[in-house]
Order: sequence, then structure tokens, then C-alpha cells
Amino acid sequence: MLLQFTEIGIHCPQADIYIDPWRPVDRALITHGHADHSRRGHKYYLCTEAAMPVIKYRLGQDINVETVKFGEVKTINGVKFSFHPAGHIIGSAQIRVEYKGEVWVASGDYKVAADGLTETFEPVKCHTFITESTFGLPIYKWKSQKDEFEEINNWWRTNQENGKTTVLTGYALGKAQRIIQNLDHSIGTVYTHGAVENVNEVIRNQGVDLKSTVRVTQDIPKENFKGNIVVATPSAIGSPWMKKFMPYSVGVASGWMSLRGARRRRAVDRGFVLSDHADWDELNTAVKATEAERVFVTHGYTNIFSQWLNEQGIESATVETQYEGELTEIGESTVKEEEEESS
Amino acid sequence: MKYFTELFTRLDQTTKTLVKVDALKEYFHKATDKDKLWTIALLSHRRPKRTINRNYIKKWAAEFSELPYWLFEESYHIAGDLAETIALILPSPESRTDNSLTYWIEYIQALGGLEENEKKAQLKSAWLSLDATERFVFNKLITGGFRMGVSQKLMVRALAKYTGIDESSLAHRLMGNWTPETTTFQDLILSEDANEDNSRPYPFYLAYALEDETESLGDTSLWFAERKWDGIRGQIIVREGELYVWSRGEELVTDKYPEYEVLKEKLPNGTVLDGEILPYKNGQPLPFNLLQTRIGRKNLTKGVLQKSPVIFKAYDVLEWQGEDIRQWPLEKRRTQLESLVGDVGDPVLHLSDLVIFNEWRQLAAERDRSREFFSEGIMLKRKDSTYKDGRKKGDWWKWKVDPLTIDAVMIYAMRGSGRRANLYTDYTFAVWDGEQLVPFTKAYSGLTDKEIGQVDRFVKKNTIDRFGPVRSVTPELVFEIAFEGINKSSRHKSGVALRFPRIKRWRHDKPKEEANTLEELHQLLEVYG
Repeated sequence: MLLQFTEIGIHCPQADIYIDPWRPVDRALITHGHADHSRRGHKYYLCTEAAMPVIKYRLGQDINVETVKFGEVKTINGVKFSFHPAGHIIGSAQIRVEYKGEVWVASGDYKVAADGLTETFEPVKCHTFITESTFGLPIYKWKSQKDEFEEINNWWRTNQENGKTTVLTGYALGKAQRIIQNLDHSIGTVYTHGAVENVNEVIRNQGVDLKSTVRVTQDIPKENFKGNIVVATPSAIGSPWMKKFMPYSVGVASGWMSLRGARRRRAVDRGFVLSDHADWDELNTAVKATEAERVFVTHGYTNIFSQWLNEQGIESATVETQYEGELTEIGESTVKEEEEESS
Repeated sequence: MKYFTELFTRLDQTTKTLVKVDALKEYFHKATDKDKLWTIALLSHRRPKRTINRNYIKKWAAEFSELPYWLFEESYHIAGDLAETIALILPSPESRTDNSLTYWIEYIQALGGLEENEKKAQLKSAWLSLDATERFVFNKLITGGFRMGVSQKLMVRALAKYTGIDESSLAHRLMGNWTPETTTFQDLILSEDANEDNSRPYPFYLAYALEDETESLGDTSLWFAERKWDGIRGQIIVREGELYVWSRGEELVTDKYPEYEVLKEKLPNGTVLDGEILPYKNGQPLPFNLLQTRIGRKNLTKGVLQKSPVIFKAYDVLEWQGEDIRQWPLEKRRTQLESLVGDVGDPVLHLSDLVIFNEWRQLAAERDRSREFFSEGIMLKRKDSTYKDGRKKGDWWKWKVDPLTIDAVMIYAMRGSGRRANLYTDYTFAVWDGEQLVPFTKAYSGLTDKEIGQVDRFVKKNTIDRFGPVRSVTPELVFEIAFEGINKSSRHKSGVALRFPRIKRWRHDKPKEEANTLEELHQLLEVYG
């Protein structure tokens, strides 16, 4: 097979490279900068130009990294590699692999709908498609981003009327910037948790026109937060850091919030359904658009989505990986949480 | 159903009691009397009867969503809630209508008399005219099991604020056999004693568990102590020549306990007793599970009555000669109770004897002997206490005996529901029988949310096999299981059945090899069974 699934990650024997490997390798092609896809210790990294700054910020400035533009072809031992927008976070890519006319696409994490910040997902035709399935169940259907942000903005306004600070959490890389970009900044000031603002700086430095935010620091008087919004990481919930925003109303933005059980378990005031992963309809649309004959299903509801595809006449199998999808946002990840604490 | 759905959403979005009470109060202001009454009914465990079989509901929901049935089932297992799964999975509504809560409840009740295909058509038209949240609420009504995160106590508090009537009168008015079809908001709630219902019980006074040292309760002479009997809390009412038996779950269970029939003649009219429905034979209480086998039966055969006869262990008298005497101090009620039980002189009516003690350490020693008496521990009641309604702190305490424990290995896990949906929270535990692990109990509660998250991750990474919603996992994690009692059981492979099993703690320090054995479990059975 052109790509093989090994204990280290997705391997291309012909080019001897790995895609998003979870153990150190000589050459790694990285779809995007989230910790479960972009890990420490590889001798060489290849990613998109837009993904590079964050990867370097998180893994160290001294890593050996090469970049390509979206769509640019990089040939390694006869295998053609190109990166195509995955719509997940800024710079995130699906990796197209072609050798002797056979085409595979490893999609990493992706979402299909445009979010106003990320390069929009591009369907890539292939013979074999490797898809995630974080939300691969028909109970997961996202509302339009517009409707969801209308709810978020209304919640912020109500809190403001009640003299409260609004605290909304999502992970520091990706979700936080999407929130910042789509909030109604005419309501008030958007404050940020340090972990979020660090990423903001990296992203602004690479030329992204991210709306303005103010980093929460010790010297800001408590009363300044009142009526405004704080964008924070999920680990902030219940931490002493939150005290300075009292009285506050706290919300979580995550795809998991579409389930009542998950909302109640988080014990927050509000849960907003906002995900950087494809919902059920998007997964199906994406798979169809590739016209793939065969689909490998990674992280998420793998068995279920795979069985469904088989019944739809698309040959499919599941693959064990160590990718985690969106677990951080309900406090159930192992990899990402550690990372947020360190940043 | 706009207001009701709005209420539901507001209650669901908060964990704060004050906000909930306010939301309810506001709802009572806006809703019609009929809707109010249904809401009160739903929040006091009076749901309308189910009129559609769950299996049909599932089948049709899958069909209307154009999904294979297995995929619907899988989604349901993961969401952990049927009503929610259907609300999320169906296509968006075609048109919106705004009908009242009462309209939809009557709509659901009318389904009862319809043919299958008519039911299907009615269900479809309802689903396609409600938005996702309303659909969820509607589904909760058709599937039963309606929980809104509001206890009856909280609802009564809101109702008190809305009506200006005090909480305990309201709690009492809401007891008994009413349904929104048989009464009105005016009659039930607002009128003082219109339609006085002879069967109406008093709200039970419930005790909290004692957590502090007994010494904190002060002078021992202020307190009565009794054994805590392990049966079903109940009330026996005799009014106007009729006998009524209520269980704590506010169920009228007169027919289930024919043993009490004699009390209709022997207790004077206008008497209400609080006590324990206790399985009892040859001068001693029987294990609770014998009572349990009896509860489920439609027909009480002679065999059952002989195998697990009941007595009534009387704790208290709440009404005497037609007068509500709950405000009398306990000491006075107790004197009344003692003379009354003596006068009746029937072996079916026992007095719950006082445990005599002068010092707290004496009582502690008595508590340690609880299992000898087949009791769960000690009840402490202040001698001057009135009979309150609901669970109240201060005057009554339950002081249970320490549970039995055993260390066991987790071998199966199942997803939970509700707040625990999509997480593996329901586990099956096993003990060693030689090289083999023999399952002996399930347990759901006892872990913190953080621990549940850790176990969930372990389950997902260490699944050996899947059977529907159940996963078998690599035997590795050891937990200390606590339980109140142990009995022989022929239905379980292990040969035992536990009472109230729960997880006491996660034994990170124990490798699986050091979990207890089946032999050790059977030793507990011999001592305590």
C-alpha cells in the first residue's frame, strides 16, 4: 500500500516519511499544529507555510522545518506530496500523496464549513481517503456559525446587563481565534487568557488580521472586566485564575456541547455547539466529494462511521491511531491538556 | 409549549437553586392553570401513562430520519437518552406551531386508543412541527422518565412564592392520589380543604446522614435512639373505616400488604402511623431482597405471603383522633404511639423499640451490633422535635453502620446516561476464583468526575470485546466496593447478591492479583447473609 498504518503513525514506505507520527521519526509531514498531530522529536518537519509559525512556537524555534505553499508539489523519491486546506485551523492541511497514478489523501482533522478565519476546506479527489470521525454520528449536526454566534453574542449582552463578566472557553489554538474573530466587538472588550494571547501573537505576526484583544494581566483592575468577555482555555474553568472575573457566567464552545449530558457534566452556565471538526453531514459530503473507492476511518466513532460507509457502498475500514479529536474541550484529553498547561 | 420549553431550558442551563426557583415562579405567573397543574404533576412524579411502546418510537424515529436502525441504536447508546437522540437525529421541522403543554399531553394520551399506523402518523406530524428543544420535551413526555433537574421540594418552594401559601401546607396538599384530570389548580392548591381526600398521606420527614461526631449532638438525654430498620418506609392511614398504605415513593400500596387489613378494625378512625414495612418471620427481620421479590408481583400467592410476610414497625404517630399532631414534641407523640400499639395488641403492628443509652460511646457500641439485629444502623431523634416534611437537618439523623467492603477487578464497562452519557460509568466487577475472574456485582456511583474521566479513557484504550453497549476490558483496575448487605442468590454466577453496592475508592495501590477471592466473598455471606 502507498500508505501504511504502523505503530508509529501513517507511513509511506516508498518515500520513507510519516504523516503526523506519534513517535520520533526522521521525516514527518505534519497536517497541523495541535499536539496530537504535531509532536516533539522528529529530525525533519514538513508543513504548510501558514502552519509553521505555530508549530515552531510550540515545539521550539530550533526544529528542522521546511514549508510548502498550499497546492505546491514536493517530490520525495518519486512520490508527489501536496498540502490542501483542511479548514480545521489556520494552516491546517490534508496531505495528498501520489505515486504512479495512485492517489491517497490523509485529511488529519477537518471541517467543511467556512469560519471566516481559516482557509476553507478543499475537496481533493483520490482513490483512498483517510478521514477522521470525531463527530461521526447522525446526532451531531452543527447549526450555522451565524446562528451560533448570535446566541453567544446575546448571552454576552445579557451578562453585561446583569453586571457580569462573560468567560468563554475553547482551546488556545484554533477555537479561541475563531471565537475572537466572530464575536460582536461592539458589545465590549475581548480579553484573553495568556495561553490564548500567545497564540494570537504568533498568528498576527504571520500576517493574519485577527481582531484586537487584550491579555489578562495582574495589573488590570478587576472592575475593568465587568460586562466584557474573556476568552480562555478549558483548563481555566474552576481554577483560581477565574476569581478576578467575579461575578461571571462561564460557557464552553465545543462540538460536544450538542449533548445535554456533556453540557451538564461540564457544570458550566452555557454550552455552545462550535466545533472545528466536521459534523455528520460534512463528513459524508467530504467523503463523497473525494470520489474515493476506499476510506480508512481514524479517531472518533470509527467502527460506526466505517460500517455506515460500507453500507453506502464505499469500501471502508477502521484504523487505530493516537489522535484525539476535540477531547480537551470537555476536559477528557490526555495530550492536549498537558500542552495547554505548559503554554 | 413555548413557556414550558423555555422553563425547561432555563432549568437545564443552571445548577443554582435560586435561579431555578425564580424560573419556576416566573413560569407559574405566565402559564394557564391547566398547564401549571400539569407542570406540578410532572415535577411530583405524576407522569401521564405511556401510550406508545418505546420500540415503535425508536423504529419510527430511525425510519423518519432515513437511517438504518443499528445506526439509530448506536447513536442512542452514545447520547444515553432516547428523547434527546430522537430530537437531534430527526430532520428540521417543516412548520412550527405553538400549542400548550396541556394540548400535547392530551395529544399523547389520545394516542392510547389508536391503531399502530395512526399512532405513527400522529407521532410524525408532532415531530415535524416542533423544534429540537420542544421535540426533546415532547419526547420526554412520550417516553416517561421526565426529570427537569428540579426536586419536588424546589418546585414547592417556587409554588409557595407564587401563591403565598406556606411550603408545608403545599407539600401536604400535593400528597396523595390526584391527577390533573381529577382536580383543578384551584381545588388542589388554592382551596383550603375542598375535596378533602381521605387517603391523603403526610409528607415524610427524612433524616440526613450523621457526618459529625455524636458528641456534637450535645447531651444524650435530649435524644431518642432507635434501630434503623431495613424495609420500606410507609404510612398507614385509617380514616372513615378505610385503610390506606402509602410507601415513601408516594405510591398507594394497600393491596400489596394484605397483612395490614386487620388494622382497619383495630386502629381507631383518624389515625396515621409512620413506620417501616418490614419483612419479618420467627421473631426477626428477613433480608430486604425477600421484600423486593414480593414488590414486583401482581398476584400475591400464598407461597409468597408465607415466604416473606411483613409486619409494620411503627416509628411515629402523625394523626390521632382525626387531628394532625405533627407539631407535638416527639416525646409526647411517642407516649401516644406506645399506648396505641399496646391497645391494638396485634402481632402485625410492632413498636420500634428505643435503644437505651446514657453515653455516646454506649450508643456507638450498639451501632456496631446493628447487623445482629438485621438493621442498618441507628436513628437519632431529638425528643422535642416536631414532625417536619421532607429532608431536614438538625433534629433527626441516620447513623448507619459502616458498610462491608471487598476489593474487586473491573471487567466490563457500559456507557451511562444523563449527565454521564457518552462516558463509561457503569461497571461490572469480579473476584478471583482460582485463575478465573467471576463477576459478582455492578456499581455505578462513587467515583469523582475526574476519576470517571480516567476510567473512561482506560476503557476506550483497553477494550477487548464489544457486545452492544457493553465493552469487556483488560482486567487491571481494582476498586474497593462497599455494600450494605449480602445474600445468597441462585440467579448470579457468583452465588451472591449485594445490597446497595457502590465504589468506595479506586485502589491504585493494588495490582489485580491482590483483589479478593470468591471464597472471601462467600465467607462474608456466611457471617452476614
